[in-house]
Amino acid sequence: MQQLGSTIAANRFGLGARPGELASIGGDGRGWLRAQLRGAPPAIANAQLASSAQVLGEAFALQREIQQARRSGNDGQQKLPQFLQPIYKNEATARFQQAVMADRPFLERLTQFWTNHFAVSIDKQFMAGLAGSFEREAIRPYVLGNFGDLLVAAEMHPAMLLYLDNHLSVGPHSPAAIRAGLRQRGGNRTIGINENLGREILELHTLGVGGGYTQYDVTTFATVITGWSVGGGNGLFASGPPGRFVFRPDNHEPGPKTVLGRRYADKGYEQGVEVLNDLAQHPSTAHHIATKLARHFIADDPPPAAVARLAQAFTEFGGNLPAVYRTLIDMPEAWQQPLAKYKTPADFIVSSYRGLSLPVDAAHGPLAPFELLGQRTWQPGSPAGWPDRSADWDGASALLKRLEWGDALGGRLGSRRNAAELAPQLLGANLTDATGTAIARAASAQQAMALLLAAPEFMRR
Amino acid sequence: MSAMKRREFLRAGALATGGALVTSRLAFARVAATERRPRFVLVILRGALDGLAAVPPYGDRDYGHLRGEFALRAPGEAKGALPLNGFFGLHPSLGFLGQSYAARELIVFHAVASPYRERSHFDGQDVLENGTALAHAAQSGWLNRALAAAPGERRREAGVALGQNVPLVMRGPAEVTSWSPSKLAGLDDDTLARITDLYARDPLLSVRLADALMADRVAAEQGGAMVQDNAAAPNMAPATAAQPQANPPPGGAYAEIVRAAAGFLRQEDGPQVAVFDTTGWDTHANEGGAEGQLAGRLAGLDKGLATLRSELGPVWKDTAVLLVTEFGRTAAINGTRGTDHGTATMAFLAGGAVAGGRVIADWPGLSSRGLYQGRDLLPTLDLRCVLKGVLEEHLGIPPQPLETSVFPQSERARTLKGLMRG
Repeated sequence: MQQLGSTIAANRFGLGARPGELASIGGDGRGWLRAQLRGAPPAIANAQLASSAQVLGEAFALQREIQQARRSGNDGQQKLPQFLQPIYKNEATARFQQAVMADRPFLERLTQFWTNHFAVSIDKQFMAGLAGSFEREAIRPYVLGNFGDLLVAAEMHPAMLLYLDNHLSVGPHSPAAIRAGLRQRGGNRTIGINENLGREILELHTLGVGGGYTQYDVTTFATVITGWSVGGGNGLFASGPPGRFVFRPDNHEPGPKTVLGRRYADKGYEQGVEVLNDLAQHPSTAHHIATKLARHFIADDPPPAAVARLAQAFTEFGGNLPAVYRTLIDMPEAWQQPLAKYKTPADFIVSSYRGLSLPVDAAHGPLAPFELLGQRTWQPGSPAGWPDRSADWDGASALLKRLEWGDALGGRLGSRRNAAELAPQLLGANLTDATGTAIARAASAQQAMALLLAAPEFMRR
Repeated sequence: MSAMKRREFLRAGALATGGALVTSRLAFARVAATERRPRFVLVILRGALDGLAAVPPYGDRDYGHLRGEFALRAPGEAKGALPLNGFFGLHPSLGFLGQSYAARELIVFHAVASPYRERSHFDGQDVLENGTALAHAAQSGWLNRALAAAPGERRREAGVALGQNVPLVMRGPAEVTSWSPSKLAGLDDDTLARITDLYARDPLLSVRLADALMADRVAAEQGGAMVQDNAAAPNMAPATAAQPQANPPPGGAYAEIVRAAAGFLRQEDGPQVAVFDTTGWDTHANEGGAEGQLAGRLAGLDKGLATLRSELGPVWKDTAVLLVTEFGRTAAINGTRGTDHGTATMAFLAGGAVAGGRVIADWPGLSSRGLYQGRDLLPTLDLRCVLKGVLEEHLGIPPQPLETSVFPQSERARTLKGLMRG
């Protein structure tokens, strides 16, 4: 008889039980999760993965080459995707491997949660080459740290600055704007701020929509972070170390600025860091993060009391993330409804691979399942990240694709896996008699596997 | 007459004319083809399409300096806008829509907005889809609630979302399905039967599976044409399966979706309403003018609409296609040659059923005093007026549910009349 605690720990907090995992967790699901919070977060050990600075430096150089070639009439447009796509494949494959093999799957889920919170999407220029290194450099090392540090790391990362267009944003009274204005003699000035990053930091990354900011705060905050840029770009943005964060004082809007009623003296780039530090500690931020965590780990519409307690912990421990996670683990609400969350396609795929001990084979299209089932890694399509409610993922066509994929997988595995033996090891206390019987009576090993992966208790976590 | 009774009546008619072996379904299709059966396509343009670029008000004296190098020129000039009414033009990438306007099959709305007045994409889309004045005020969408309020008996698959999942606008009490092309092999009947059994006690999965199978059947009746994705060869014979492509052409998936939508709507016994969405309209940087990033996107959209028309064939005359976006963008170009989140924008209503060839706009002007909060196009038309007009006149949704369940507390958004051909 499997225990519910281990089942929920492995399937809801973790990434899906591997054979033997439930047994090794035993009766103490909470202890198993708490233990994962000790020790530095594991890095992805893969020497082939390049830093974002390296990738971006080369991408900028390639872009210059393409532009020069175009002047002499040659079309090299394809060179950039040809350079970036293999990087994406390697990064996404390494991430997939990490998730399937993880011994601290709770940590891996948290990493994915935060990457999605600070989402970049590969449908924008350069992001295919940067999304993976962004996660490795700005998210993964900080998941067991302080939210404020995670926030600063994410916003200052070149991937984020490029994704939300801040690298080109120029203060209207900055030296650069004044020079440009003089040159153009009052003509069509197209130099100025871009409020994209400023807005999304407030709306998505910290306070949350309705968190108490105004259009004035958005615009002013955007001027605060003018000059936060990336080195080694083209034209006016060539100076600075290629592919790394650079502060351009020339583009920075001078003077003190007031955001959310507080005045910040102009200290160059630090002005932005100070605003971020205050945002990290704002009660609206605590509530926003608490809501998202509760939605991810408790239910689509989490009990308000649970959200309030998480927000309180966030504030009380000054944004110390492990303290927040421990509060979450201790909450009875997180352990009451065993199948409250419908799996996302990525959850479904990763839990299948873990449960069936499947290798992530880099040589054989390892990312195809994500594409087929509708959740390409690092492509949420918007800075809001992937949605996190059942209704966003439980479409009829989406379900049919999961079933077809599970059936095809069963066909490939044949009798090399025994669904009847695996079912209790994967589904634990959630395994129903109906599912057990259906698998036992299946006409073939393929069909048994299709039924295991189709089971209502496998579709959810 | 209820659908059931009508079917029986039609079957009786078929028998009387000697068609003893004709099934009721075919009889229904044959006879129903002679009566008007409206089709509706909703296209959600996610990311906030710049209405001043798609429908440039070149006649406004402030337009030129606000848009600077990206201002579109008047029709007739080099790379000029396509003509509408002497004041507004269409972006030169929108050739099909330009022809539709000339053929009186397009209404252009301008300075239109949902009730949402903040500048978050995600909340803006929520309001656009949920049909209330507030984000997250409803967990269902106006289009679904409209289908639920439609008179008479509706088939289960009255609406289809093209995509794996159903967007908020189509979620709700009326049963709708979703469909997307699959590169996977179908399940055999025995496995399917066993999974259906396994889902018998699961209210969500049992309904989803049944809906998916129904959509698949409808798709299969199209002989596989819906999974073909080859815009370059529109007249090719139906493909047996989609060819996996290493490097799909831009808009490839979009073209596929458009074909699928047409495939469903062509059927006399299929869904009447289709929804799909497109992304990539969030042009904060390097938006471009007559050419450039946005121009390319618009061209892709326009081409998709042309495909929709040709794929719908004779059904086009009964069709209305509405294109909406969550909000507009700043009137002026920003510091990175793009535009930031704004307020009012344009909407398009195209199709053979549309009483088109008109621009409907109470133009607030682009002077600094005319702009909303000094930066955005001021909304002068509530988008719900348009939505109500289309739902009432085209789909026959009665006014009472429109004012209550479909768009609660919207009495100030008066139904726009006369959008459809009589």
